[in-house]
Amino acid sequence: MKTVCLYFEIHQNIHLKRYRFFDIGTDHYYYDDYENERSIQETAERSYVPALQALLEMSARYGSYFKCAISLSGSAIELLERYAPQVLDLLSQLNDTGCVEFLAEPYSHGFSSMTNRETFREEVKRLCKKIKTLFGKEPKVFRNSCLIYSDEIGAEVADMGFKGMLAEGAKHVLGWKSPHFVYHCSRNPKLKLLLRDHSLSEDISFRFNDSSWSEYPLFADTYAKWIADLPEDEQVVNIFMELCALGIFQPLSSNILEFMKSLPEQLKERGVVFSTPSEICAKMKSAGELGVAYPTSWVDEERDLSPWLGNDMQREALEKLYSVADRVRICNDRRLKQDYDYLQASNNFRFMSTKANSYGGYRGIYDSPYDAFTNFMNILGDFNSRINNLYPEYENEELNSLLTTIKNQDEELERKDKEIEKLQHLLGQLEEMEGGFQKAPAAPEVKPAPKAKAAPKAKAAPKAKADTKAKPVPKAKAEAKKPVAAKPKKATAKKAK
Amino acid sequence: MFGWEFPPHILGGLGTASYGITKGLAAIPDMDITFCIPAPWGDEDRSFMNIIGMSQVPIVWKDVPREYVEERIGDKMSPELYYALRDHIYADFNYRQTDDLGCIQFSGKYPDNLQDEINNYSIVAGVIARQQDYDIIHAHDWLTYPAGIHAKQVSGKPLVIHVHATDFDRSRGKVNPTVYGIEKDGMDHADCIMCVSELTRQTVINHYHQDPAKCVAMHNAVYPLDPEIKEFVDIPIENAAERDKVVTFLGRITMQKGPEYFVEAAAKVLSRTKGIRFCMAGSGDKMNEMIDLVAKKGIADKFHFPGFMKGHQVFEAFRESYVYVMPSVSEPFGISPLEAMQCGVPSIISKQSGCAEILTNCVKTDYWDIDAMADAIYALCTYHSYHHYLKEEGRKEVDEITWEKVGERINECYLRCLNR
Repeated sequence: MKTVCLYFEIHQNIHLKRYRFFDIGTDHYYYDDYENERSIQETAERSYVPALQALLEMSARYGSYFKCAISLSGSAIELLERYAPQVLDLLSQLNDTGCVEFLAEPYSHGFSSMTNRETFREEVKRLCKKIKTLFGKEPKVFRNSCLIYSDEIGAEVADMGFKGMLAEGAKHVLGWKSPHFVYHCSRNPKLKLLLRDHSLSEDISFRFNDSSWSEYPLFADTYAKWIADLPEDEQVVNIFMELCALGIFQPLSSNILEFMKSLPEQLKERGVVFSTPSEICAKMKSAGELGVAYPTSWVDEERDLSPWLGNDMQREALEKLYSVADRVRICNDRRLKQDYDYLQASNNFRFMSTKANSYGGYRGIYDSPYDAFTNFMNILGDFNSRINNLYPEYENEELNSLLTTIKNQDEELERKDKEIEKLQHLLGQLEEMEGGFQKAPAAPEVKPAPKAKAAPKAKAAPKAKADTKAKPVPKAKAEAKKPVAAKPKKATAKKAK
Repeated sequence: MFGWEFPPHILGGLGTASYGITKGLAAIPDMDITFCIPAPWGDEDRSFMNIIGMSQVPIVWKDVPREYVEERIGDKMSPELYYALRDHIYADFNYRQTDDLGCIQFSGKYPDNLQDEINNYSIVAGVIARQQDYDIIHAHDWLTYPAGIHAKQVSGKPLVIHVHATDFDRSRGKVNPTVYGIEKDGMDHADCIMCVSELTRQTVINHYHQDPAKCVAMHNAVYPLDPEIKEFVDIPIENAAERDKVVTFLGRITMQKGPEYFVEAAAKVLSRTKGIRFCMAGSGDKMNEMIDLVAKKGIADKFHFPGFMKGHQVFEAFRESYVYVMPSVSEPFGISPLEAMQCGVPSIISKQSGCAEILTNCVKTDYWDIDAMADAIYALCTYHSYHHYLKEEGRKEVDEITWEKVGERINECYLRCLNR
């Protein structure tokens, strides 16, 4: 049975204001409040509200048959909370129907996944927490900003405990493979990958209202037929888009919402069901591993990072921005952290793109990529000097070396925790074996080494353990280890008697 | 083709543009060009066209022997052509002041009696128009419009005029009625009006009330750099890292070029940063005013006036420059940013200049927006990647803008005029 996975992204960046270099050091407020208010309200009015209402209608009509997934970026949540709370209301209504799954993503909608591991983890956790407080559910599936994915990011995400991740079904990565299967990350088979079918997705998000398109006008039955007519074994069709595709990219006058509303019925007729990403991850088996050495994204024909990191300016800006990531993370200044979230938004980099054919070409308040670069760098200049003022007594290099030391210590602690766990596990096993030995005292001595050691003299076991304990695990382990270790010791002693 | 200036003896951008257009056109097969200029020096490049000097065209019949003609003007015009032209004198111009060959002497510059020169130019053009065999007439800038009209009336061939500037650009709106009259007359008679930019085209349509259908924007181009100069420009400056970065303004210091905005922006930049110097090369009627302004702003220690530059000096200036700024209030085209970009100097240009229409790898600001200009200067001097990007991409872009392409487009317009 084929299944469709619908996913919508809700992201709006915080617009930066015109910031001249002579404002550096004097003005620490970087945002264009008017534009922020105007743009989010416009988007809410033209797209989010009608689109979410349509989703609500669909869920009311089809009950548990209809499902979809939504993710929100931190800045979008903040903007919606402040200027368009009705959207959040609709989202929680939708949440109450149970047809929607919320996904995790980095709070800032930035590029920390590629530049700074710690910041990335922290950001994702922060967003998950936010989603939990808003909708009461902890996200289980992850999607990165702009659907950026690479093996490295996949491994990191798997490490954070996510079951699945969304990615682009880019041709240069898939080759002859089809995006209509579930794959897994080549570095960690536990992480399942849902790949976007860009052609079917963009039929809706980009081409729907394009009268020069050969399939124009597109009707739900045709579209449902395309999906139903896919080869029998291609089971998963992932349709991912921005929520503002419904209403902004494709105006409401194009009847996009009517199309969406009639889609479930058409799919139902053809025996296609809807699933949420985590359902797919739970039910479907991976068809194989997918190696992605260079990051992919869901933008432009190249599906790579070129819209954000295509030229020298963008790369310099990125490097400068993430050079202070560690400092921002360890500082306690709430305003600085907030500013850092807003500055990271991918849109700020997109504005600097010099690609000729980049989709949309929308530049906000800037009239050229150079203008966008200058403005961003001026703001970053001020921001970085604020950060550096926080740690005036440290030279950059010194601070970096301190940070490395902290990081190393963290890693060591982590390693030792693991060791403790292992030892405890071993201890548990020993006890079990001991119990088993006592029940069957006549057991011949054919068993493997550890047993042989433990079985004849129960006292030897704790001793041996204490030895191994003492060597590799210094002070840090002691607190955790001792109380735990103490109990089993007594237990074994008693049993021995 | 009627023109006023021609390299190597030029006074402004007109000569350079005329040369480029002619050269670009000459690349088209089946194209013969005769270029008329007031006073050739004899050292012009004649490899791809004929040059007729107006100073050598007789308008009064003089019986002179061949040897004499050869000796007098042999380096500029062949005696055969002289006699052929002499056969086409169409009226009695004995009342005009002529020399021993029956020719009028032109200064070829912009003298005080410019009005007379224009008139004389038109009279001589009548002779040429009768003698020469041609299909189309192309007149460059208002000085030659009357000649173009005259030739059209004589021959009935279509007239194309090339608007390199209008008086609205030169005077910031306070037009000279005589000049306006000549310009308007030329445009009214023209079959096709080529403007060096869309900006100029709009001026022609709105202020000269021309039919938009016959106005075409024909953007200028640049020559590729001489390999020798290119090599020179590419020599890296010694200890560039320690030296102050130089921001350059190069052009006539007149109202049209907006020098005061450059000074204002410089003051803003200097108030916040170190390691940047400003240089205003050129001369003009606003120069003293600018020196005063610089002194008043208290930035004279970082602001230099090296004076008028020509030939190789220009490239020396470009080589020393880190950023080039052209804050023109109204610039029909403005070829100098293209030259700066060829030399690998990123440019900041005003949106009010014609070249802004065809350039993408440069910074564009409004001429009055000194904040934006200062910001752009600061950014270019501070962010290495930004400077590097504009340097490389700008150079690549300008290398693609060639006169040959312009020539092709002009040829298309010609064919349209001739209904072919």
